[in-house]
Amino acid sequence: MSRFKLASSALALALMVSPAARAATDAELAEIREQIRQLKEQYEARIQALEQRLKDAEARSGAAGATQPAQAPPAAAQAPAAQPAAAPPVASAPAASGIAAFNPAISAVLQGVYSNYSQDPNQYAIAGFVPSGDIVPSKRSFSLAESELTLTANVDDKFYGNLTFSLSPENTVEVEEAYGLYTAAPYGLAPKFGRFLSSIGYLNDQHQHAWDFFDSPLVYQAFLGGQYQNNGLQLKWVAPTETYVEFGGEIGSGEAFPGNDRNKNGIGDGNVYVHFGGDVGPSNSWRAGLSYLQTAAANRDFTQIDLAGNDAALSFSGRSQLAIADFVWKWAPYGNAMETNFKLQSEYFWRREHGDLTFDANGALGLTQTGNYRSNQSGFYVQGVWQFIPQWRVGGRYDWLDPGSVDYGANNIYLANGSFHPQRSAVMLDWTPSEFSRFRIQFQQAKLKPDFTDNELFVQYILTLGAHGAHKF
Amino acid sequence: MTTILRLIIGAVALALAGPALAALNVFATVPEWGALAEELGGDKVKVYVATNALQDPHHVEAKPSLIARARSADLVVATGAELEIGWLPLVTQQAGNPAIQPGKPGYFEAAAYVTLLEKPTRLDRAEGDVHPGGNPHIQTDPRNIAKVAAPLSERLAQLDPPNAAYYRERQKAFSERWSAAIAKWEKEATPLKGAQIVVQHKAFTYLEVWLGLNEIAALEPKPGVEPTTAHLADVLALLQRQPAKIVIRAAYQSGRASEWIAERAKINVVVLPFTVGGDEQAKDLYGLFDDTIARLLKGVS
Repeated sequence: MSRFKLASSALALALMVSPAARAATDAELAEIREQIRQLKEQYEARIQALEQRLKDAEARSGAAGATQPAQAPPAAAQAPAAQPAAAPPVASAPAASGIAAFNPAISAVLQGVYSNYSQDPNQYAIAGFVPSGDIVPSKRSFSLAESELTLTANVDDKFYGNLTFSLSPENTVEVEEAYGLYTAAPYGLAPKFGRFLSSIGYLNDQHQHAWDFFDSPLVYQAFLGGQYQNNGLQLKWVAPTETYVEFGGEIGSGEAFPGNDRNKNGIGDGNVYVHFGGDVGPSNSWRAGLSYLQTAAANRDFTQIDLAGNDAALSFSGRSQLAIADFVWKWAPYGNAMETNFKLQSEYFWRREHGDLTFDANGALGLTQTGNYRSNQSGFYVQGVWQFIPQWRVGGRYDWLDPGSVDYGANNIYLANGSFHPQRSAVMLDWTPSEFSRFRIQFQQAKLKPDFTDNELFVQYILTLGAHGAHKF
Repeated sequence: MTTILRLIIGAVALALAGPALAALNVFATVPEWGALAEELGGDKVKVYVATNALQDPHHVEAKPSLIARARSADLVVATGAELEIGWLPLVTQQAGNPAIQPGKPGYFEAAAYVTLLEKPTRLDRAEGDVHPGGNPHIQTDPRNIAKVAAPLSERLAQLDPPNAAYYRERQKAFSERWSAAIAKWEKEATPLKGAQIVVQHKAFTYLEVWLGLNEIAALEPKPGVEPTTAHLADVLALLQRQPAKIVIRAAYQSGRASEWIAERAKINVVVLPFTVGGDEQAKDLYGLFDDTIARLLKGVS
């Protein structure tokens, strides 16, 4: 881990030592010039606007007198009230008063779902895979899904801040993202710090309401416990080339599954990734990426049924390595996605864990022993979404997991290596009346355990209000 | 091994030096500003246009290719007035290019130099896709292009001082040629004055003001909201009382609604290029208005 420490201090240093000081005088001068220029323009625009208003007013008084004598009194009464609202100052942002002028942009996402599970959601588990946390998509019947509240703004001339709360249906508030972005970094570097959704894979850094299906793919549920959230530092660099090439890396606390909180100084996890992308003709665009995450766990506790049929408490300590390959291809005729478009997306996950596993960690069976542990597991999903007419899309998704090989070392006498391949098939239909609302119906059949076929139905709504969000590719 | 290393170093050096050595890199969000930047910048600028005329400018995705181009851009020329709100902030933020952030000289918004019309009195999404600053489709009036040309030329000069004189000269030449062209178009368009029209989307407000067209209805019940049968029936009823000559739509829009109404109201559909590249004839800014006027004249005759 000393290598990590070195890397982190170097990164921290790089963040601090920016060329801000060097460029100060020139930049300041340029800025003052720019401000003066803008002032001039604003005044010109205002004078023009005033002239226009005068003309309009003249035209209006003429017209009102000539054509609508009967309505004259109410129109006259309305005029003074309506006029100031109709013509606010031109070419400058409507100036909010005083303190409110610097309020951050606020947006909220409201979500709810009706769910139907043919099997008990409390029995939801993925056979052959270490439980990754609470991964059941929703409760039965009507429930709220995750609501979200986001505040964003430029902090000053160097930083941009984002705060995203996630409000759970169980009335808990979670800080989903809270990060600063250093916007003045040189050489195309984009350093981010705080808590953020890691940019590994494709879907990971997209918020749940932006997904094309109600729940996350099985690989995300099995290998990352849903989504990988990092507390730490991120550095991205986009190459100045015509083809999109982005390199990125993150270091953090490593608290999120498959790691855990280890009460340890220094760096808990690290990841690197590269993304490529581009266009093929005016109608096709694509993005592909490779990511690698390394983290560790200490006494990561879970329960598994042993060969004797008992619930055995297990505890893992060791290293966890995850590699992801992702690919997205989008088609829209001449780039116009309004009428019809198609999106194909797939990700492949591969995870290796090795370390020590303690069997019967709580001593309930009186058989406590620690042995070597080594696992090699993988999985993928592939999904396609087709907008066949404006506002309407259909989609299909297939998930597949390979339990691979798990070697329990000395504990092989108590624990079995699974051979069942969990899989799931989903279809969905959604309606998007505007950019800010979407309704979806999704049906899926999940075979996550032997002799356990769950038919699941979701009817979901997503409403977005407030500041206009941007759509990630 | 050393050969590979040399190759890598060479490639990286090329990648880094390439854009720096070339002309001023201009990233235009829509074709009209790309065309204008080319008119003003000549061979001193290298223009990349992020969208084409067949794309709905309100709905563009922050594609990887756009981020890559924004990374090495020296100047972003956008319409502003929130036309690009759905994608440009994401592109400029992800590109890691401090020079093109809003507020910097490398970020230019055309709408700041034009008096915007249709400023909404009620800022509410129930009114559809409303833009708080006003209607952003300013390029449909050539006088607006002229208003944008002067500050854009100044911006090019500011970013590329060694060529400042070159830009000013080109701007002067453009301005003269453009004024002459406007006079010609206005003369040609005299028969259009007062013509009653229906539009699909409220995208032609500035064109209407310029040519004195009289918009009596829009097929979209609210800006950005797909035409509904109920609303189309209302428009049809209105057209029976108050006949219009033509129904206008932009090249990027679906023809269903306009053809439906045209067939029933017995009026002509006019598909306007809307921006440079919208059809065969609209190859540049001059072609755009030549063709727009020609199509309108053909439609009303």
